[in-house]
Amino acid sequence: MEHKHWTGFNGGAWQNEINVRDFIQQNYKEYTGDSAFLAKATPRTNALMEKVQDLFKLERQFGGVLDIDTATVASLTAFTPGYIDKDNEIIVGLQTNRPLKRSVNPFGGMRMVRQACEAYGYKLSSKVEEEFRFRTTHNDGVFRAYTDEMRAARKSHVITGLPDAYGRGRIIGDYRRVALYGVDRLIEEKKKDKANLSNGAFDTEHIRLDEELYQQIAFLGYLKEMAAMYGFDISQPAQNAREAIQWTYFGYLGAIKEQNGAAMSLGRVSTFFDIYIERDLANGTLTEETAQELMDDFVIKLRMARHLRTPEYNELFGGDPMWITEAVGGMGEDGRTLVTKSSYRVLNTLYTLGSSPEPNLTVLWSKALPESFKKFCAKVSADTDSIQYENDDLMRPIYGDDYAIACCVSAMKVGKQMQFFGARCNLAKLLLIAINGGYDHTSGMHIGPQMPVMEGDTLTYDAVMERFDTYIAWLSHLYVNTMNIIHYMHDKYAYEKTQMALHDTDVHRFMAFGIAGLSVVADSLSAIKYASVHPVKNQNGFITDFETVGDFPKYGNDDDRVDMIAKDMAHRVITELRKTPTYRHAEHTLSVLTITSNVAYGKHTGATPDGRHASAPFAPGANPMHNREENGALAALNSVAKLDYNDCRDGISNTFSITPEALGRTEEARINNLVGILDGYFGKMAHHINVNVMNRETLLKAYENPEDYPNLTIRVSGYAVNFNKLSREQQREVISRTFHETV
Amino acid sequence: MSMTGRIHSFQSLGTIDGPGIRFVVFMQGCNLRCGCCHNPDTWALEGGSLHTPEDVVKRVVRFKEYFGQEGGITVSGGEPLLQADFVCELFRLCHEEGINTCLDTSGSILNEKVHALLDVTDRVLLDIKYTTDEDYRAHVGCGMAGPVAFLAELQKRGIPVTLRQVIIPTLNDNGENIARLKAIAAANSCVDKVELLPFRKICQVKYDKMGIPFAFGHLPEPTREAMAELNEQLHTKQEESPC
Repeated sequence: MEHKHWTGFNGGAWQNEINVRDFIQQNYKEYTGDSAFLAKATPRTNALMEKVQDLFKLERQFGGVLDIDTATVASLTAFTPGYIDKDNEIIVGLQTNRPLKRSVNPFGGMRMVRQACEAYGYKLSSKVEEEFRFRTTHNDGVFRAYTDEMRAARKSHVITGLPDAYGRGRIIGDYRRVALYGVDRLIEEKKKDKANLSNGAFDTEHIRLDEELYQQIAFLGYLKEMAAMYGFDISQPAQNAREAIQWTYFGYLGAIKEQNGAAMSLGRVSTFFDIYIERDLANGTLTEETAQELMDDFVIKLRMARHLRTPEYNELFGGDPMWITEAVGGMGEDGRTLVTKSSYRVLNTLYTLGSSPEPNLTVLWSKALPESFKKFCAKVSADTDSIQYENDDLMRPIYGDDYAIACCVSAMKVGKQMQFFGARCNLAKLLLIAINGGYDHTSGMHIGPQMPVMEGDTLTYDAVMERFDTYIAWLSHLYVNTMNIIHYMHDKYAYEKTQMALHDTDVHRFMAFGIAGLSVVADSLSAIKYASVHPVKNQNGFITDFETVGDFPKYGNDDDRVDMIAKDMAHRVITELRKTPTYRHAEHTLSVLTITSNVAYGKHTGATPDGRHASAPFAPGANPMHNREENGALAALNSVAKLDYNDCRDGISNTFSITPEALGRTEEARINNLVGILDGYFGKMAHHINVNVMNRETLLKAYENPEDYPNLTIRVSGYAVNFNKLSREQQREVISRTFHETV
Repeated sequence: MSMTGRIHSFQSLGTIDGPGIRFVVFMQGCNLRCGCCHNPDTWALEGGSLHTPEDVVKRVVRFKEYFGQEGGITVSGGEPLLQADFVCELFRLCHEEGINTCLDTSGSILNEKVHALLDVTDRVLLDIKYTTDEDYRAHVGCGMAGPVAFLAELQKRGIPVTLRQVIIPTLNDNGENIARLKAIAAANSCVDKVELLPFRKICQVKYDKMGIPFAFGHLPEPTREAMAELNEQLHTKQEESPC
């Protein structure tokens, strides 16, 4: 198949089937040089960015939400076009008709929308209330099916953060398809898939897919309508770089107008864009300045994306992130690097537009990346704290070379795999429930198998482990079933029509479970094994505290005695989870990722045998607990690297904070050493790292005088946040975390 | 039956004690009592914990991936030369693993054991405390002849040397001292780098905890500007004399 807009591209399988990867492989130009070619922001970009900064400031002054349209339910075509500065925008499209104005999206759940409106001084319009009186939301469906035990697990916070009241997110549409093929071709292919279904046996799964395809086709139509409102016809392929970026962005914009999922990630677009940019540079219609402008304008749009959340949600996640994750770099299966000049250009937006938490720029690191690109990334990290790194050498053999990251650390092949997001269970809390024989003393609830409180003056490792295994088995079964209900209902009442239209019809599904409190559990079990842990009971005979006598190995010191306990815990949990079948035959995966919510999880967890006090925060993600490291930063990294990615395919997050002085004496040394740390850590087959190069003093100053640091960005578990959007409690917790310093 | 060494602590991420990323071993015990010392907890000859060279190498090997082209192990202290036989065996085992070895020392001891250690040392960070015998005797607890002889031995062997000196206001933050330091470096081609380190008093808490006085606690820390000026002086080439 040919198309006139493809002139100049190398042909291949991609012409006859939907295959963006093949298009990239046939056409991209790897770049191994340095950053000297990059252009600065143009006066146009600076002027536009100034307007954007004013809007952000205004939004902060309005308490975090600038405006809400309480009468219009979000959809692809519900709003007339919106602009920041119409005549000066190169890439257009906003979620509503005004910048930063939020819409209401009750498909996931009515209550959350109502509460969010009220929290910011609005009232959901009676029109919307009326419309939804006769509609079942995802949230309605879930609570119709939840069992008493599921409700109890949720209420006690042993399973927490479940996506049962809003969109589940974590799905990445292959937005590039809109640009490469044009929407008409995508509709045509989906129609073929639907026609092919007519030969099959019409069982439940078959009928569900048949209806889903109908919806996908309908929403591809709405996507065209949405673009037409902005004056663009996206039925045909993009014919230049500007259109390629615009078409791709329209795909993403359609998705975030339709869905308010927690994480609405972007995928892997920069090297795809590069092919169009190279074609335009060659035919003289673009210069480096105008190419950077395109990238800048696209990124500005991503920075404007917002969903309406409740203040509780914001407190949990530290601001209202969208996790617009873009995977940058990596290597190809044929050994060429996937780094292009546009990999540099997208990172360069942190200079042209200033540092920012969004989009969540994620560098796919490989030992084989070009040295100059490694150094550029290290420099950007040291300057902006705004990028995270994930191990391409670990993921490429599993996902190939066209995967992307959803949210923080969840890898999936773009357009071929999706996931059912499953929040996480609190493993530290579960350990306490096990020791107390099915009683949670922080919530006062009896939960799980009921048995006697553990006896004896000293806890023994074997007895505790036997008990713990019983409760892990119980919780894993309950957890999978809970997730099955959630995702059945989400598919039924809030199916992602636009995003799934941008996937292959025959999609592979993951079900992504998670654990919180891994380091607390590892250290607690180590204390029980290597020191003497004496339980302290309250007047009702329940264990509410521990007296730990003697020293014990602590996770984070490269000590196998405890690191293997941590590794083994993850293995036990995923093994138990796999025993219960999942909805739509999804593949079970597990993450060790807690984001800023480690503060909230700690709050609901009593004192633990490792000496952690009741309600004290957990360490984030797979990080060792604060201030328990005795052998320096790399020993801590080695401990985390021992967790097995095969047990934790949904990702293992690690946050690394270091002062500039501890990284080296000169800028050159700091860059080289950071590259060395990344090469070493990923050489140990670790999965992910966030890098913060900053002083504790800077954070203390920002804590005291937030107005002086409006854009201070820091990285926590798998994403970057604006320090000022964290709660005071989270800010204190971040400051108290282990900083790698040098004396 | 393997020998053991007394070790104060390990630092897995060393970025300022030798080239690249280094695993730093701090030995326990020191023969000097420098007034500016920031590790008084390493002075005592007893204390620390006992380790065999094999045990330490096992730890170091776990960090090989981070070392890249430049990095490796650095043994500091305390004074590593007091346990030269242990460090020698440790370095020998590191070489077997292909790990670069670096010794951070005052250079105040030179005996048979130290000679054997230098056979397996790839680089020396030589802490030239002062540039006059008078200052040495007043503030270190030994004369300058020892370090000078040590440097001569390094020159003879051709072991690359980084000269280091802590800059302490009122004592050595002057042009004459820098000129003498440059002269020492110039006279020994083995010296390929000279580093000036600012005197820091953050270690005061350690002295307080140990209940002993911090000899230089009353002296100020050098300003950033003063350090920059001394560094500039250090790195400006002198006009060659015409004859």
